[in-house]
Amino acid sequence: MKQEILFSMKSPYRDEFKIQGFRFGEGEKSVAIVGAMRGDEVQQQFTCSQIVKNLMEMEEAGLLVPGHEILVIPSANHFSMNINKRFWAMDNTDINRMFPGYEKGETTQRIASAVFDSVKGYKYGIQLASFYLPGEFIPHVRMMNTGFQDTNLALKFGLPYVFVRQPKPYDTTLLNYNWQVFDTQAFSIYAGDTNIINKESAKIAWTSILRFLDKMGIIKHTIHNGFCSSIISEKNLQSIMSDSAGILYSLKESGDEIKKGDILAKVLDPFNGKVLSEIFSPITGTIFFAHQKPLIHEHTVLFKIIDFNYSNEVKNE
Amino acid sequence: MIKTIISEGLPVDEKLIIRKNIITGKAGNKRLCIVTGTHGDELEGQYVCFELIRRLNENIQFLEGTVEIYPALNPLGLDSVKRGYPTFDLDMNRIFPGDVKGHLIENIAHQIVQDLKGADMVIDIHSSNIFLREMPQARVNVQMADQLVPFAEMLNIDFVWVHDAATVLESTLAHSLNVIGTPTLVVEMGIGMRITRAYGDQLIEGIINLMQNMGMWSGPVSDEISTPQLSTKGEVCFINAETSGIIIPTVSHSVDIKKGDLLCQIVDPFEGTVLEDVLSPVDGLVFTLRTYPVVYEGSLIARIFSKKCPKS
Repeated sequence: MKQEILFSMKSPYRDEFKIQGFRFGEGEKSVAIVGAMRGDEVQQQFTCSQIVKNLMEMEEAGLLVPGHEILVIPSANHFSMNINKRFWAMDNTDINRMFPGYEKGETTQRIASAVFDSVKGYKYGIQLASFYLPGEFIPHVRMMNTGFQDTNLALKFGLPYVFVRQPKPYDTTLLNYNWQVFDTQAFSIYAGDTNIINKESAKIAWTSILRFLDKMGIIKHTIHNGFCSSIISEKNLQSIMSDSAGILYSLKESGDEIKKGDILAKVLDPFNGKVLSEIFSPITGTIFFAHQKPLIHEHTVLFKIIDFNYSNEVKNE
Repeated sequence: MIKTIISEGLPVDEKLIIRKNIITGKAGNKRLCIVTGTHGDELEGQYVCFELIRRLNENIQFLEGTVEIYPALNPLGLDSVKRGYPTFDLDMNRIFPGDVKGHLIENIAHQIVQDLKGADMVIDIHSSNIFLREMPQARVNVQMADQLVPFAEMLNIDFVWVHDAATVLESTLAHSLNVIGTPTLVVEMGIGMRITRAYGDQLIEGIINLMQNMGMWSGPVSDEISTPQLSTKGEVCFINAETSGIIIPTVSHSVDIKKGDLLCQIVDPFEGTVLEDVLSPVDGLVFTLRTYPVVYEGSLIARIFSKKCPKS
C-alpha cells in the first residue's frame, strides 16, 4: 500500500488541508473508493477506514490479485468534519455539487477537480454516500439511470436492494454521475446512517464492497454471497407523509416488514402528549426509509415503503 | 391586502407562514410579482419591498393591474440569520420546482411555483452572499435571452449578464418559472446581510419603468433610467485567489480598471509578507468584488466585464 497526498492547500490560520489516498496493487485501474465528502459523513469515513484496514491485512496475506490497482480516499472534507460542519468550512458549498470540478475555479471546485482527477479512469467507482433527509435506510446500492449504468454489476454487492433513480438537473454535478459520463461503472453505497457510527450497518457496507471486489476478481475474499438483491426504482416506493407537526413517536424502523393497516408512528402534541395523528400504512411492504429525528414538520416524509406490486419493473438498461 | 399563501405546522406551537402583499389598481389585468428572501442572509430585497409598497400605496391611482410582493420565501432563515432553510440541508434555490411528496421545504417550493404561475412578470431579487458585493445586475439564462433581455434593460440596473445554461441553475425558482411560461428575471445586487439603500432606490425606479412599459403604470417615471451594459458572449473574467491569506483591497467596486491594475494584495498576517499581488488581466468594469477578507486558494476575488475576456 502506498499512502499519498493527492491534494494539499494552505489555510490562512489552520493546519494544511490534505486529501490522502491509499493505493493498493499495480496494474489496471480497477476500482476507486471515496468516503466522506461532507463533514457529517462520519459513518462513511468509518466504513472507508475499515476497507483500508481490511485491504492492508489482505495485502499482508497475499490476497490482492496481481494486476489490479485499488485507490481509497477515506476523506475529502475533514476541514468541515473537524469543526462539525456539513459543507465546506469557509463558504458552505458542497464538494459533491462541484464535479467534475475546475482546477482554476473556486475552492471546492478545485477540491472536486483534484478528487476527480485522482479517481477517474477506473473501471469501477464506489462512493459511500449520505442522504439529505435525516433518517435511516436499508443498506442498498444506488445508481442513476444515465443510460450507462449496469444493474447486473450492482447485484454483486449482495445488498438487499439496488435502487435505480432518475437523475435530477443538479445531479449532473455529483461524483457518481460524472464517473458514469467518463466511462466508470459507478455505485453509491448507502450505509444506513450519516453522523453517527452504526457498526452493524457499516459492517454490512464494507463487507458488501469486499464481496464486490472478490466477485470482480480484484481480491480473494471468502465470504457468503449476501442477499439476492431486488432492483427497485421510485415507482416501487410509496412516501408516507406527516399530516401534522409535533413529536414523532415511531413504532417501526427501516427494514421492518409491514402489512396494510399497520400503525407506523404517532405524532404527539408537544405540550400535553396527546396523540395528534396516527400514521397507518396504506400498503403491505417493507420500510425502505424511516425518518429519525424526534421532531416532525407537517407534510414531511416519514417513511418510504417498498411496494412489491411494482417489482420487476426496472430492467437492466 | 396581506394574504397567507402557505401555512404549515412546525413541531412546537408555530406555523411556517409565507405571505404576500397584493396591491390592486383601478383597472387592468396584468400581474407583476416581486419575490425575495429565498436566502435568509440576503436582505437587499427587503428595502425594495418596503419602499415599493409604500410608493404604490401612496400613488395607487396610477396602478393598472396587480402587484404581488413576497418579501420572505424563507421566513425561518431571515429570522434566524441563516442562508438556507433551517432544518433542511439543501439550498432552497436548488430544489425548485419542488416536490409535493418530499420534505416540507420541497413541498413549499412546489406551492410557491404554483402561486407565481401565470404572472405576466416575476422579479426574483437576490443579494450576493456575505463574501462578495455585486453591482445592480440582471442575470439571464441564454435560453431565455431573446425574451427577457428587453425587460431586463428596463430595470435601471447597471449590467445584464446573459450566461450559459448551467444544469445546476435548472433547479432555481427563476428557471422553473421560465420553463412553464412565466417570465422571470433574476436581479442580483449589493451584499449579504446588509441593505444598500441607493441600489434599492435605483431598482425601484426601474421596476416602475418596467410597469409603465407593461401598461401597468400611468404615473410619472424617472427620466434618468440608465441603459445597462450587456454581456451576451461570455465577456466576463473570473479572478480567483491563487494563495490562501488575507486580502487588502486596492480598488473600489463598480469602477473601470486597466490591465495590470492591482486589484488587491493577499498577505500573511503572521509573517507580515505579501503572498500575492492580484492584477487585472484585462481592461474592464469590476462588477463583482470580494469584501470578505479571508481567502482560500480558489476564492473568488472579482468578476470583470471586458470585451477582451476569452469566452468563459
